[in-house]
Amino acid sequence: MPVFNQSRKRVIQLIFFIVFFVIAAQLFNLQVLSSKYEGLAFDNAVYKKIVYPSRGIIYDRKKKAILDNVAMFDLMVTPFQVKNVDTLALCSILKIDTAEFRKRLVTSIIKNGRYRPSVFEGLVTHQLQAQLDENMYKFPGFDLAERPVRLYPFNAAAHVLGYVAEVDTSIIRKSSYFYQMGDYVGRNGLEKTYEQVLMGQRGIKYLIKDNKNRIQGSYEKGLFDTAAMAGRNVYSSLDIELQVLAEKLFQNKIGGVVAINPKTGGILAMASGPSFNPNDLAGANFKKNYGKMSMDTARPLLNRAIKGQYPPGSTFKPLGGLVALDQGLITPDYGYPCAGAYFQCGRPVKCTHAGGGHAANLRAALANSCNSYFVHIFRMAVDNKKYANTTMGYLKWKEYMNAFGLGVRLGVDLPSEDYASIPDTSKYNRDFGGSRRWNSCNIVTLGIGQDRMTATPLQLANAMCLIANKGYYYTPHFVDSIQDETVEDTVFLSKYRRKHEATHIADTSYAIVQLGMQDVVTHGTARNAMIPGVDVCGKTGTAQNPHGKNHSLFVAFAPRINPKIAIAVVVENSGYGSTWASPIASLMMEKYLHDTISTKRQAEVERISKADLIPAAIKHWYYVKDSIRQAKLLKVPKEVNVDTIIEAPVVSRKITYDPEAEPNRRDTGDVLMPKDSLLLPDNKKNRKDSTRP
Amino acid sequence: MRNQNTITKGIDWSVIWLYIALVIIGLMSIFANEYKEGESIIQPILSQSKDYGKQTLWVGICAALAVFILLTDSKFFTATANLLYGFGIMLCLIALVVGTEVKGSKSWLVIGGFRLQPSELSKVFTCLALAKYISRQETDFTKTHSHLIAAAISLLPAIITVAQNETGLALVYFSFFLVMYREGLPPFILIAGASMAVILILSLIFASETLLIGFAAVALVTIFLTRHHFKRSRFLLWAIIGLWAVASFISAVAIPYGINKVMKPYQRDRIYSLVGKPYIPQNPEERAELEKLKAKNRGKSQNQSEYNVIQSKIAIGSGGVLGKGYLKGTQTRYDFVPEQRTDFIFCTIGEGFGFVGSIIFIGLYAILLFRMIVIAERQRSVFSRVYSYGVASIFFFHITINICMTIGLAPVIGIPLPLISYGGSSLLTFTILLFIMLRLDADRQMVLR
Repeated sequence: MPVFNQSRKRVIQLIFFIVFFVIAAQLFNLQVLSSKYEGLAFDNAVYKKIVYPSRGIIYDRKKKAILDNVAMFDLMVTPFQVKNVDTLALCSILKIDTAEFRKRLVTSIIKNGRYRPSVFEGLVTHQLQAQLDENMYKFPGFDLAERPVRLYPFNAAAHVLGYVAEVDTSIIRKSSYFYQMGDYVGRNGLEKTYEQVLMGQRGIKYLIKDNKNRIQGSYEKGLFDTAAMAGRNVYSSLDIELQVLAEKLFQNKIGGVVAINPKTGGILAMASGPSFNPNDLAGANFKKNYGKMSMDTARPLLNRAIKGQYPPGSTFKPLGGLVALDQGLITPDYGYPCAGAYFQCGRPVKCTHAGGGHAANLRAALANSCNSYFVHIFRMAVDNKKYANTTMGYLKWKEYMNAFGLGVRLGVDLPSEDYASIPDTSKYNRDFGGSRRWNSCNIVTLGIGQDRMTATPLQLANAMCLIANKGYYYTPHFVDSIQDETVEDTVFLSKYRRKHEATHIADTSYAIVQLGMQDVVTHGTARNAMIPGVDVCGKTGTAQNPHGKNHSLFVAFAPRINPKIAIAVVVENSGYGSTWASPIASLMMEKYLHDTISTKRQAEVERISKADLIPAAIKHWYYVKDSIRQAKLLKVPKEVNVDTIIEAPVVSRKITYDPEAEPNRRDTGDVLMPKDSLLLPDNKKNRKDSTRP
Repeated sequence: MRNQNTITKGIDWSVIWLYIALVIIGLMSIFANEYKEGESIIQPILSQSKDYGKQTLWVGICAALAVFILLTDSKFFTATANLLYGFGIMLCLIALVVGTEVKGSKSWLVIGGFRLQPSELSKVFTCLALAKYISRQETDFTKTHSHLIAAAISLLPAIITVAQNETGLALVYFSFFLVMYREGLPPFILIAGASMAVILILSLIFASETLLIGFAAVALVTIFLTRHHFKRSRFLLWAIIGLWAVASFISAVAIPYGINKVMKPYQRDRIYSLVGKPYIPQNPEERAELEKLKAKNRGKSQNQSEYNVIQSKIAIGSGGVLGKGYLKGTQTRYDFVPEQRTDFIFCTIGEGFGFVGSIIFIGLYAILLFRMIVIAERQRSVFSRVYSYGVASIFFFHITINICMTIGLAPVIGIPLPLISYGGSSLLTFTILLFIMLRLDADRQMVLR
């Protein structure tokens, strides 16, 4: 053999060496230099399981739990384990057919994969759960997973409490991915505002999973796990009995009521009609009920107490009087010779009384609710010589209004409070074409709470607190204290513990206005608001509005000395303020002050709660909806033969208008809105612009 | 006593210890990614219900076989080399015709519930036959026709193996060129082959423009460096220019043509996925076809090489410097790396023992390979030398390709890691290869023909 080939041994050794060197280099690169693989491996194999704590409870002012947590069960399915399932038995328990069964199975495979459990039937009822439990052995791959659900023992305060529901993508994004798909979160009301408190602290369990996402045990024997901390309880100022009464009185009515303790600003009751049972939005029927309610033209989901914008009408007059007194334009003895209307601005502004000295002084004018008197003093305020021109005068007046809490957000601890409207001069400049082209005469009805002025029931009730307290108020709020209050909680709640000295109007001014308001109840427009043994101060309002019948309003506080409750009631399209609003307010005040309603007035409670004041247009909408539902139910398959006359479906456009859609419209009020079934009342984008004149 | 002497006399113990160490590491690796906390360890071995149990049985069989081989006379291997080679080829052909299909390759023979892959065993036979041919008195391995015959002996089983759809195994036979090189094969064949492979991979990874510029640059630099030699030989200049032209032609014309015109879209996709590049056909029809094919194959093993490599790199990379510890690797223990007991077994070591452990582990292999070269070079007979080099080459090829593919340096072709990977045929083959070598080495003073 040729010996010189011996040297090739070296070459082969070199080749081996180079290759091993390359491998070692790459290993060094992967294992020592690059750091990303560790993270990738962690993501691969470690599953962060979030342990949900139980949500905090909300208590009322007497420490009664307004809501509670109960355990409900989700029927979960792990598709790859589904073998030899007694499909028929399962279907008959769940009352679905096999096609639906298959569909749900396929859906869960698509959504979550074959190896991870997904919800087959969410929140099964207790009867179903018992039935399923018995038969579980027949259904391999199915199991019941516990899930806490809110329960509302009083069936009340739906708008205040809000509801808890699954997060959507926008919430996830806003929380910068703190929440994950499938988490439950407070979606409205106090549940939303105090989410951070009620939610508690989620615990994290690190679990090992395999390539098919099956859990294999705890990671590092639970070394990094953190325990879940239960949500903290929240103590509110709400009086649940008063709340229940308010909702009872507001049955079949549209409007809102807010009752506040003027000494603390704590809201005692807040109801909005139409309302709903909060239990409808907890548990299994959430989707069905939510869908139904969001499509309802009466908009039961809307909290009118903080979002309804109503012209305050005559309920504004005490404030008008205060402004005039404070600016020194009138004295309490100032009188106006009203002859049944205010004639100084062209078109007369009518007054319900004529002559007889019904506006001989401020107190009398308030008691008799003289339009002329307050229109007149409003003009005096706007045209005040102290200010350069009408615009300046008006802005000063607006400043007073904003200080009273009108036209601004008060900052109640509920989401999406409305600021309603104290119009800016720019609005009038646009309406009349320039700041010099309008004067106090053009906006004269602002003096009696009409024109472009609107307020929410909350703002009206807060204004009452201001008058009751003679010049200050606390920002209305629900939550008085939080269990184990932290620094952040204190910071958050501090704005509700701070006194707002609204203006520096003299106590004597308040005193005279209070006396005027007391007269309203004792011998004025709201004699039915009287409560024996209590000096009730109130003011009725009958607000003209573009949607039909006048709104019935009433604001009050009681007792006059050392006030304990301030209240504002609005009943939409129901007539005079004294007809519905004042008895409602009166009953609620009695309930709160006396802790019970005298037997004499029990009948009144029943009468009011039974009264149906829903506008005809909305009733018609319900009627149409019911008819369609009936028609669907009746549509049984008919045998079609030659003689059967197939009726062409009558296409009739039902035209109903939506009084809530545009509460501030100042046009004739006859604008009708063709309502397609697909048109959501909330959806502004869908609103047909063609209805604009 | 006399018998004991014949077995142990002249045996290279270092190789035996390395062999035992590697087999134990292999068993422990298989155990590590199969064992779950709280399970019985012994029971699966007795009931043969788990892979490490089966592998333990195979280790037993191999030990018996090793003793048996060491008891065999060395002359037996020289005498029966050609016969065995023929037998091996025949088995391969039989498997091709009547074999059982496992994972798409028709290379398995089932004899009484016992599965055997003849193409694995034929590595041994081919190695013997090649040694036999080269060591023949009448073979002059400086002649080209001898080279051709040797190449034919090496590549005939490869062709059958390709027909069986076991491309990875077929490639192993190319490792015999290393042996032939040692015995006198002109080096340019090795260089040309390696260059072709490099050009092929380069032209898959880089755009053809970049590559052409690169080639031109290399050629110009070479010409510049060797300009003083041109006076003596014009040939050198022309050779460089010629090489440059060939390389450019191959990468710019031949390979794109081969890939785009000859291959089917799914093959193209696979080729690109081997080098870790996504393949998006320009032709919309072709794209639709490919999408359809991918949708059909989603989750199946053929289409997963990219995924495998990513997971494998994660597993090895997450091991860090010192590793997570034995039985602590999250990636390998919970099946994130597919095929991890067979082709991707190295991940278990990489994840569990980190960089230090991996280096020690490949160090064991390196010692084994260099020891084999030492053994080969000390043989008196050509047969033994060629055979030893053959064993070294096969080991080398398997180790290189297997480890490189787990760390993303080589395309994923399923070949096992010698003595470590799960699989009876593979363990058996490597044991036979190694122990025949040890047997021959024990008789290194003899001249075998």
